[in-house]
Amino acid sequence: MKRILIVGGGTAGTMMANKLRKALDAGEWKITVLDKEKTHYYQPGFLFIPFGIYKPADVIKPKSTFIPAGVEMLYEEAEKILPEDNAVQLKNGQQLNYDYLIVATGTSLRPEETPGVKGNLYYKDIFDFYSIEGATALGKKLRSWEGGKLVVVIPELPYKCPVAPLEFIFLAEAYFTEQGIRDKVDLTYVTLMSGAFTKPIASKMLGELLEEKNINVVTDFYTEKVDNEKKQLVSFDERTVDFDILTIVPVNMGSKIIENSGMGDDMGFVPTNKHTLQSEKYENVFVLGDAANLPTSKAGSVAHFAAEILFDNLMHSIEGRPLTASFDGHANCYIETGYGKGALIDFNYDTEPLPGTFPLPGIGPFGLLKNTKINHYGKIMFRWMYWHILLKGKELPVEPLMTMAGKKRNPIDLNK
Amino acid sequence: MEKTISGQNLSFSEDGYMTDFSAWTEDIAKELAKEENIELTDKHMEVLKFLRKKHEAGDSLSIRSVGKSGIVDIKGLYQLFPGGPLKISSKLAGIPKPTSCV
Repeated sequence: MKRILIVGGGTAGTMMANKLRKALDAGEWKITVLDKEKTHYYQPGFLFIPFGIYKPADVIKPKSTFIPAGVEMLYEEAEKILPEDNAVQLKNGQQLNYDYLIVATGTSLRPEETPGVKGNLYYKDIFDFYSIEGATALGKKLRSWEGGKLVVVIPELPYKCPVAPLEFIFLAEAYFTEQGIRDKVDLTYVTLMSGAFTKPIASKMLGELLEEKNINVVTDFYTEKVDNEKKQLVSFDERTVDFDILTIVPVNMGSKIIENSGMGDDMGFVPTNKHTLQSEKYENVFVLGDAANLPTSKAGSVAHFAAEILFDNLMHSIEGRPLTASFDGHANCYIETGYGKGALIDFNYDTEPLPGTFPLPGIGPFGLLKNTKINHYGKIMFRWMYWHILLKGKELPVEPLMTMAGKKRNPIDLNK
Repeated sequence: MEKTISGQNLSFSEDGYMTDFSAWTEDIAKELAKEENIELTDKHMEVLKFLRKKHEAGDSLSIRSVGKSGIVDIKGLYQLFPGGPLKISSKLAGIPKPTSCV
């Protein structure tokens, strides 16, 4: 019997297991998912935990709930991939052979890459909201906090869910207003990028929103270290930002498994053909989700859209046909902005987020780059869709490739 | 955008990055550096060549990767190219403007 081995049972790996099991003959193909963790986290929900909007129980379910019958789920830790031998070596010494490998190992958080983060202040005054532990500890801190300087910092690229730190600071602004202490809180957004977001039109819209909400922005700030004594962020060009509470987006790198296998780039992400999603180096290896080095957002929406393309190409490969499905880097992100409102961006490799409307049969349209209540409901509704539709590999009413329908190019853009 | 530098007619993107990778020479880099008020040393040149090599291999470029190159640490890179180490060094190396893909 032939085997498809999926390394990583997160959003990407789980979706693929569901899609493949439905399509492939169980007598001919064995499908195995390998992951050391038994818990599936709804990661977009971490953002809401510090503000008491979600509780940890709202974002946790057993992985096994989403693995379909007929798929072998192994809770074992992979040591490394041996792509030349078509095998994965486990920590326990065992080897698993494969005919096709799907790498879905995601990113790993490396707070220790920024000196001073994991010092005395860690989880006392320095937090993250990219892990359940960090988000919970931060929530506890905020509940008794009486005000001061709250700083959000992005120390390195790429990081998953690029809009999350913006959402965090918008939600914090609303939270402190509701607590009646907004006038005692100084909010600062520190980024190594040159603006609030990378792409010009979205950056302008989001930059204006930050200004409107009286949030300071420090750009081009490449963090060297955190000075625990002075409670200061220090950049490589010797600028400093003081904080009372620091919320950091931990440096994101690829999984240690990729590093151990020598299959990653400098940051541990796997060089992947950005259209076919096949590994640049190995024909029987495909890469899905954050683990790939694709020049688009590291986000669940991207993994979801890419999954449909990868599925088609894997089927083609199995049948010995050329890989004709082509991914466009489609990403679609809700941006919580506080006070029950949200914005939405939709973009791909070639088209930056544009204003306009986003058609969604039966529910939408949503406003693109507009701050509206319906966008917020979209985000809230999404948790249900994630558990019940997305992970199970069912179709969402959104096409995998980006559409220009509803989008408006502005005159500046046309002049390019 | 066209400019003549050390006798060569070169084309540049809107933000001043060379569009023809193969047209680059060390002399061109020196001329471009003057516009940034940088006097190019051997160390600078080593960084530029490293960037060109990485770019040619299709690797993504980051300040961190230069910092791990063994040529110069990140602090040193900021001293070599003050104000925007990766943007300025890419400009002088004749490679496209670095994009942050998020």
